[in-house]
Amino acid sequence: MKAAVITFPGSNRDGDVAKALKQAGASVAHVWHADTDLPAGTDLVVLPGGFSYGDYLRTGAIAGRANIMDATRAHAARGGYVLGICNGFQIACEAGLLPGILMRNADLKFVCRRQHLTVERADTPYTSAYAKGQVIDVCIAHGEGNYIADRETLARLEGEGLVAFRYADAQGQVTAQANPNGSLNGIAGIYSPGFNVLGLMPHPENLIDSLTGGTDGRGMFESLMGGKLAA
Amino acid sequence: MKARVTVTLKTGVLDPQGKAIEGALKSLGIDGLSSVRQGKVFDIELSGSDKAAAEAALKTACDKLLANTVIENYRVEIGA
Repeated sequence: MKAAVITFPGSNRDGDVAKALKQAGASVAHVWHADTDLPAGTDLVVLPGGFSYGDYLRTGAIAGRANIMDATRAHAARGGYVLGICNGFQIACEAGLLPGILMRNADLKFVCRRQHLTVERADTPYTSAYAKGQVIDVCIAHGEGNYIADRETLARLEGEGLVAFRYADAQGQVTAQANPNGSLNGIAGIYSPGFNVLGLMPHPENLIDSLTGGTDGRGMFESLMGGKLAA
Repeated sequence: MKARVTVTLKTGVLDPQGKAIEGALKSLGIDGLSSVRQGKVFDIELSGSDKAAAEAALKTACDKLLANTVIENYRVEIGA
């Protein structure tokens, strides 16, 4: 699998996600946001975490209008994979790749900690290495992770099974106490209707080596390697 | 020509920053506040003199970047 990791001014998790992708067996190209084209044969575009443009205006707003996002939208429209992590999820929402928006955490605090998630379905290109309902232990680090969408959008996401992960406790219970930011329905990540675009606030790329705290994040990258490659 | 674009949160969208500001104002002893909502103001200078064209350009600017219409409303005012 050929992955293109986009670097925006202020991205800071591009190196970590590249490491996770390489560990799983992908070849990784680094692409600058001002470029207009993705490398030929790109299967997966990754919008990494960070603080693009210093979170000016709204998180992800300016990066969402970068040159490379036109090529990224075209890639997604062809069924290509796009993975947005943390600031990348915010960018994907601002770029119109995913519905809704990430608002300021309900308690106004930047939250940086370990967090359990439930894997809502295991029949997608991003989660086939997990089991449905599995509880995984990953990291979160964000100040604007409070997922909001209008009632119709939320009903559609739930009705079509497009919620990828929810914040949960260690037993997999989705509770208000386990919700770190006030997201509706405990939503930590969502898919596009074709399941080729995934945006999530947590950082699976942090948890790929037992040396640094765990390996529950590996499954996402391994799932992608086992997936059908996009045209 | 000068213009002012005001972006505000739609009714019903939770505004934790506004709530925090409201709490701070109340703790300063400022009475009579029932709620505070935070928004953004953009003061923009335009080179042309065609008001209608400026208004159209600024509406495009709002739809494309300045506001996220999922959660925000905007207002464009063209000055002298």
